[in-house]
Order: sequence, then C-alpha cells, then structure tokens
Amino acid sequence: MMAILPATWDMYDMLQAVIQAINMELGNSSAPTYHLIFEALLIILIVKLVFSKAYAPDKTILTEKEKNELIEEWKPEPLVPDTPDDHPLLQAMENNIITGRPDKVMTINGKSVINMASLNFLGLLGDETIEAAALKALGIYGVGSCGPRGFYGTMDVHLELEERLAKFMGAEEAILYSYGFATIASAIPAYSKRGDVIFVDEGVCFAIQKGLVASRSVIKYFKHNDMADLERLCLEQQKEDKRLPKKAKVTRRFLVVEGLYAKHGDICPLPELIALKWKYKLRIFVEESFSFGVLGENGRGVTEHFGISQDEVDLIAMCLENAVGGAGGFCCGKKYIVDHQRLSGLGYCFSASLPPMLASGAIQALNIIESKPEMFSHLKHNCERIHAALSKIEGMRVMGDPIAPIKHFSLAEPSDDRSIENRTIEKIAKEAMDRGLALTPARYLEREEHILPPPSIRVAVNIKLTDDEIDKCMTIISQSCHAVLGK
Amino acid sequence: MNGPHSSSNKLASEGGAVYKVWVLQLGAATEETLRYLFPPSILSEDGMLSMSKVTLNNKMVALTGKNGTVSINGKINGINGKSNGFHKNGISHKDGGAKVDDWKANYWESFEETPLLAAISTYICYGLLVLIGHIRDFLNNIGFLKVNACLEPKIPGFVPLFSTWESFYTRHVFRRVSDVLGVPVVSCPSARMNIIRRITHDYGWSYEVPKERFPVLNMGSYNYLGFSNTTGPCADAVTEATRKYGIISYNSRQELGTLDIHRDLDELVAEFLGTEAAITVPMGFATNSMNMPCLVSKGCLILSDELNHASLVLGSRHGKPGEAFTGGGDPRPTPHTSTMEEDTHCCRRRIQYGRINKLIRLKKKYKAYMYLDEAHSVGAMGPHGRGVVDYFGLNPRDIDIMMGTFTKSFGAAGGYIGGSKALINHLRLTSHMSVYSPATQPPVVQQVLSSMKIIMGKDGTLEGKRRIQQLKWNCRYFRRNLHERGYIIYGNKDSPVVPLLIFMPTKMAAFSRECIRRGLGVTVVGFPATPLSKTRARFCLSAAHTKEDIDEIT
Repeated sequence: MMAILPATWDMYDMLQAVIQAINMELGNSSAPTYHLIFEALLIILIVKLVFSKAYAPDKTILTEKEKNELIEEWKPEPLVPDTPDDHPLLQAMENNIITGRPDKVMTINGKSVINMASLNFLGLLGDETIEAAALKALGIYGVGSCGPRGFYGTMDVHLELEERLAKFMGAEEAILYSYGFATIASAIPAYSKRGDVIFVDEGVCFAIQKGLVASRSVIKYFKHNDMADLERLCLEQQKEDKRLPKKAKVTRRFLVVEGLYAKHGDICPLPELIALKWKYKLRIFVEESFSFGVLGENGRGVTEHFGISQDEVDLIAMCLENAVGGAGGFCCGKKYIVDHQRLSGLGYCFSASLPPMLASGAIQALNIIESKPEMFSHLKHNCERIHAALSKIEGMRVMGDPIAPIKHFSLAEPSDDRSIENRTIEKIAKEAMDRGLALTPARYLEREEHILPPPSIRVAVNIKLTDDEIDKCMTIISQSCHAVLGK
Repeated sequence: MNGPHSSSNKLASEGGAVYKVWVLQLGAATEETLRYLFPPSILSEDGMLSMSKVTLNNKMVALTGKNGTVSINGKINGINGKSNGFHKNGISHKDGGAKVDDWKANYWESFEETPLLAAISTYICYGLLVLIGHIRDFLNNIGFLKVNACLEPKIPGFVPLFSTWESFYTRHVFRRVSDVLGVPVVSCPSARMNIIRRITHDYGWSYEVPKERFPVLNMGSYNYLGFSNTTGPCADAVTEATRKYGIISYNSRQELGTLDIHRDLDELVAEFLGTEAAITVPMGFATNSMNMPCLVSKGCLILSDELNHASLVLGSRHGKPGEAFTGGGDPRPTPHTSTMEEDTHCCRRRIQYGRINKLIRLKKKYKAYMYLDEAHSVGAMGPHGRGVVDYFGLNPRDIDIMMGTFTKSFGAAGGYIGGSKALINHLRLTSHMSVYSPATQPPVVQQVLSSMKIIMGKDGTLEGKRRIQQLKWNCRYFRRNLHERGYIIYGNKDSPVVPLLIFMPTKMAAFSRECIRRGLGVTVVGFPATPLSKTRARFCLSAAHTKEDIDEIT
C-alpha cells in the first residue's frame, strides 16, 4: 500500500484547520481596528504583487552541451562512508558466532561459556513444551503466513494469542505486531499527529524515539524520571493553551514513558505519572518491553508492580522478544483505542503477520508464565543478588533498580573521552569471555540517540542461574574488572 | 465490459516506445484480437510464447522471439536492445539465449484508465456512504440510535483521541466491510486452505468466531513459489533447526546475537542476488524503514515513485532528507541523490519494467544511487527467480541497493538488503536493526535457507526450476483467461499478482463474500490502499496452483 494514505488525511486535516480559522475570523466581530487596517494593507499588497511586472533578471541559459559537461564534471558523494573490514565492531560480530542455542550455557566459537548476555530472563528459551507447540504449529501452518493481517495473513493462533494477552493483562483488547521494534514505533504515530504534543522521558529507548519522529508532533523531553521537570513542561503547555484556546481544543496531549527503562534499568514512577495524567489531561502510553514478564507478582508489568489498574493507562505496548521468549510485540488497552491501530498502525497494516509457529510458541510461553507465578519471585531474588554483588565491585557502578533484570554496569569514574570508556568496557567484556562468561557491552547508535547513557556492560539476569553460579559469575566479573582497571 | 482498447494515452505517455506498438494494436483490439494475440496453441508447455507471426485485421504483426523487435505494418518501433539500455547494462552476453530476451520479445503490460461512468458511479457510491455515515453519527449524537460497540467515551477535559476523517472513514466505511478483511485462516496458506467465516451482528463492530471450517481455493496469499508447506524438505530442515537453536534468537546482531545460520544466510543471499554482500532483517517492513535512514541524511534528494510502499515513505521520513520528491520528476544532479523504485507495487501491480532500463540509464547519467525494492518480485520473476533484475537480464551491480523480502516467495518472514561490501559493512554498523532489535528467528532463517537453495538448484533437483516455470505458466494462462472475458486487469503478463478492477467499494465487499461462498479466497483492496476510484480485487498466483485450479476459478 502506499503514500496516498497519510497524504489524503493530512489534506483533510489542513482543510479543517482553514475552515476553523475562517470561523474564528467571522465569529470574532469585535476585532480591534488596527487589525482590520493591517489586513486591508496586506490585501492591497497582494493585489499589487499580482499586477506588478515580474522581476526577470537575465537568466543564463545553458546549452545541452554545457549541461552535459556540468553533469559530467559533477561527482556525487559516496553512498556510504568507507568502513574498513577490520573495524572492531565488525570483527566482534564476525568473531563471536554462536552455535546452537544461546541458553544459560552457550557455545561461542566452539568455546562453552555461561551466558549473561541474552535477555532470556525467564529461561524460556529451550523449553521443550514451547518448542513442541511451535513444531505442532509448523505441521499445521507451515513457517510463513504469506500475507499481512488484512489479507489472509490472520491465522486462528494470532487471534488466540491476542485474546490470551488481553486476558493476561486484564485489558479489553490486544493487537499483535510481527516485530517488536515496530510495535511502539507504529503505535505512537497512529494516534499522535502533526500539531499534537508529546511529553516524553528523555531516557526512552530508540524504538520510541523513532515513533516520535514518525508522528511529526511537537516533542517535549523531560529529564529522566524527574516529575518536577515534567510538571514544569505541563504548566508551560497550559499557559500556551490559555493563550490559544482554539488551538488547545484540537491539540491532543500524550505522555510516553517506559515501564522499566532499557537504557537505565530503573522503573518509572507510575503513580506520580498517573496523577499528572489526570491533572493535565494527558493520555499515557507505557512501553513495557523490559517490565512485562518481570515486574509484579504475576509478571504483568509495571501496573501490577505499583498496584495500579490497567484502565488508568491508555495504552501499553511491548515486544515479546525478551522475557516471554516469543517474537513480535503487542499493544493492549481499551478496545476503542487499540482497534484504531488495525487500520492506522503502519507496522500492523503493511507487514506480513507473525509466523504462526512463533505465535503458538508465545501462547505456550504464556501458559507457563500463568501456571508458575513463583518464577517472578525467583527472578527478583536473582536480580537482587546480582545487583548486590555488582555494587561491591570497586571502580565500577551499577545503574538502575535492584529488581531490574538488566544491569547497566559502567565505570565509576567516567572520563571525558567516550571512546576510552568504550574501549575499557570492551576489554572487560573480552576478559570475562576468556574466563568463561559471556557479557555484551550495550550498543547504541551514538550519533542518533537523543541522550546517550554512559558506556556500560549490559548484564542480563537469567532465572536458571543458581546462587552458586551467580557467585562464580560475579567473581569472574570482579576479576576481569581488576585485570583491566588495575593496569 | 470495456475491453482493453481504451488504454492508449496513458501508456503512450508513460512508457514511450516500449509500449507504443502495443497501444496501437490495442487501440483497435477487441476481445477477439486478443485471443489471436495469445492463442492457446502458441503457448507451449513451459509457458513460453513460441509464436513468430500472427496476422490480425489483415495487418502484419511480427512477434519475433529472437532479436526482440515488434513491428506493425513494417515499422520498427525502436524496442531494440540499444534504445532501452539493455545491452549497456545487461548481463545478457553471459547468459545469452532466448530466455533472457523473452521479456522483450513479448513485452506486454496492461493498464487502462477508469471509464468515466464507473468513476462517477464510484464517487457517488462513496458520497452515499459518507452521507449515511453522517446521518448515523447524527442519530447517535441525539441518542436515537444506540451503537453498542466501541465509540470513544467522552472524558471531561480530554481532547478526543480521534477527530479526523480517518476515524470517520474507519467507523462508517471500513467497519462495514471489515468482514472481508482479516479473515481467519486455520490451515497452511498453500494452494487450498481452510478459513473461518466470522459472524457479526452489529455491522462489524464485533465478531463471533464459529468453529466450522470452510475450504477455499487460495488466491490471496503471497505464496508465489508454493514454499508454504507443512511437509517436505523445508519443513524437515526447520524442525531440525528449531530443535537445535530454539524458536527465537535473543539480542541484536551486535550484542552477541549472531548465530552461525545468520552468517550462512547472509552469504547465501549475497550469492543468490549476485551482490558482494548482504544483510538480513527479521521484518520486511522494517528492512526499509530501519535501513533507509542510514543511507540518506539532510541535504539528500530522494526521488521516489508516488506509489511506493508505506515502509519506504516512513524510511525516507526517518532519514530527514532535504527534499523528498514523489512522482515522476526528472532526476537532477544534487549533492547526493538516491533513486528509489519499487518494482511491483503492492496494490497497483503495474510492474514498471519498461522504465527500469530507463531508470538505470538516468541513474548513470546523473550519478544517482538506486534503491530497488523487490518485495514482491524476488523469487516470482525472472528465469532464475531472482526478481526483475533477472527478468530483464540486468547486472545486479548496477543497482546500488537491492532490497527484498522473504515473506512472499520464500514462505518465511523478514527481508534483506544486498549491495557492495562497503554498503553492507556500513549497514552492519549503523542499521537500527543490527543494534536495537533481535536477529531473525532460527526457524525462519532455516526456511529461507532451504527454499533459496531449492530455487538455486543447490539441492540437486530441478524442483526450483519447475516451480518458476509453473508460476510463469499459471500467470500467463490466468491473465489470458481474464482478458478473454473482458475484465480490466493491470500489470505485466508475467506478474503473479493480478489486480481486477471493481471500482465500487460496496461491490468489493460483495465480490469477496460471493467468492468465499463459492469457495475462492481472494483479497480485495480499497481506499486508502488504492486511489478512491480504483478499488480492486487481487488474485495472487502460486506455483502450487494447477491448471485445474485456475480453470475452476475462471
């Protein structure tokens, strides 16, 4: 499908705006005199411009030959900057090839190491029942769905998964996307259009940032988890609204936050955010990729963690690629909100649906999560244990909440030069790998991120790790840090 | 109905010489002459036209398969190799043979403007729908009509979430035909499938999903080469891969997420495309929207076809180029130019083959970079199933960025980008996908690996060749059948997607419901995916279909 879609609707919106402006003019009969005079002057000016002779300087007309010469001479910029084959990142990608499944223990380049890099929090990768469910679905549906949801790409397992997710989250409806990154990136522009205002935490992940860009709305970043700063921006907006009441009537206001910040590992203060939502009439979207299946007694995420009703949050979006061990992502909330995405969510409409076997796997993962709520207290225990151990390591600091399943582990004394820090972090990771523990530095597109967090190693907690193994891993990390920082 | 004779102007202006002869012929053509053009006797088993001369209306029309000239009344129309850039760019010297020349010899593309009467009645139809929508809204507002479903509740102080035309359209037009979209499938989407006929009691606000299954012939899935199977070599390999790697892969490619099969896939795709290197992405849509921003930046000029897919538009927007041109403008030299062209448009299905040669020429002259999206054509077009580049015998290295998806012909999911080593290295470092989202899931990777090997003949059988030939034969046979019946269809004769114009949005729903009732699953597309007056039904052919299947449809 195609470009005509946004263009047509934008035209309609513009038309509406013009009509509104005219109404405003006509309705406002008590306009000040200077205003009328000014407008009359403008009209005269326009008439003069229309009738006056056009200014035509002597144009240099190029002959065909000259044109061709110009084209011949012109050299375009290269399509991409030259990247040497031995770029360290490329080397790292080429040299760290995993064989087999990246479970608790994985094989990198033929070497068996403990895995604290994969975001496999609940250890659902390699669960036999999930694989069996997926293979059963393979026998019924094949691999690909061969179509977008609208055109024979909807399988009954997609409907079942949507229903199950909605039920699990206690929402009216859920909508399934085939790709985690596209979920929130499509959801935001489905609602927020040009002229709307979005308040957003500056620590949000890259997918949200892309959604914000695509929405073309006015973006107002507030300081990470700083409610006072958010309130300041809201008040500013209120003042603006009072000044332009007509415009305020059609300006939707959104608040976009993450449940558990992927870049920082801390939790959003949801109760305060909800209070601000009602106070300043914002619609709140929460991205829960890292809090779903992690926080709360039953793993329902940040709303359950704070004991807040689902209804308070307008839209919850997340990818299923982390704790649940599925693929794709989903949004859930009230039916009237979620249903809108079925025609307006770009990543939903225009993309092939999730391979049915992966949807079946996700349903089975949900079954496991529902039947074993004790997993979450276990995960919490592991998170806290690792957090405590990491905090003790000298020369390093660990960011985020103790119960977060991802730990950003960075240098305690940041240097001025980011590349030096990066190199130190890489060295620690490599050192740990040599000692039998796989860790990965958190990677960012440094030039494109809104706010770049300090370079860090992203430690992922896995429920399958026993206390002994955790202690062993922590010793390895500690030794690696000493080896690198001690030099 | 209006036969294909009203096609002239549009074609002549767009395609230049390549189209003209056909236009002249078609101008005088009736259904009967069309049958002469493609009589069954000249269609040999492998789907190739073997005819050399056909006489019609006492005029000589020479269709020579070898040197590719088409003449009428002895006039050569200039579709020879040099004028369309074929020899300059082509790899025809290497491959040679009639097969590569085939497209040129029998070049055929169908397109015609909406007849005035149909257009007027379609607009009236939309007008009525909008009017009725407003009446319903009004009745609803005064409380006369009670819509029991999901209207937006009014929350004091909040600006309504939906207040635009978009929402009105959704509620009153889209909603009422929503039963023909998103029909649940309960089996593998191969040549035949089982669907569920949902029941609605409130005009599409909510659905009941009954248990009964309803078998239909599948003309709706993009299963061009019939690789959507539950058994066979691909399924076996996928089972094995699932046991070995699990069903998903965690972490992005840069963060310890690269499995050995990902590397194998990248290498195989590069070999398949004939490019230096390639990169693969788990979602087709995201291949465009997440990689394009790495290639364009402020100050770039993008010349993009106005019918390009939403993902390309989104990708261009993320890239924040200085200007984004849509529509056919002459490429002009600017500091850094990219040309984009999506070959088989999702909805419109007019494959712009005539223009791709021209585009490459323009691109070379003005030193632009070319981004070619082969989402639908890869696998489905060309003698080796390698897309339009293969179909025209072009050199893949002339195109800077080759993009495509695995969703369609390969029966999997995801997409790829192929190009020079420098380009791919750059993407590996800076693509949003390789930093922020997990790599492709192992079962999907394996499906692509297995099906691609079959297409390339690496499995040691001729199965891939057979599928390509079958698809080609199916396309031509089906299109000819529809033409004979006088329907307005669009597109190139070898394109596996056959759009049949219906015009009216209400007819679209009725058509789909009737088809399903008669056991045929076909997709229907309307506004906003198509222009208002060009609502259509879309038949997707597959190598899995047999002649009997197609006869049954027609």
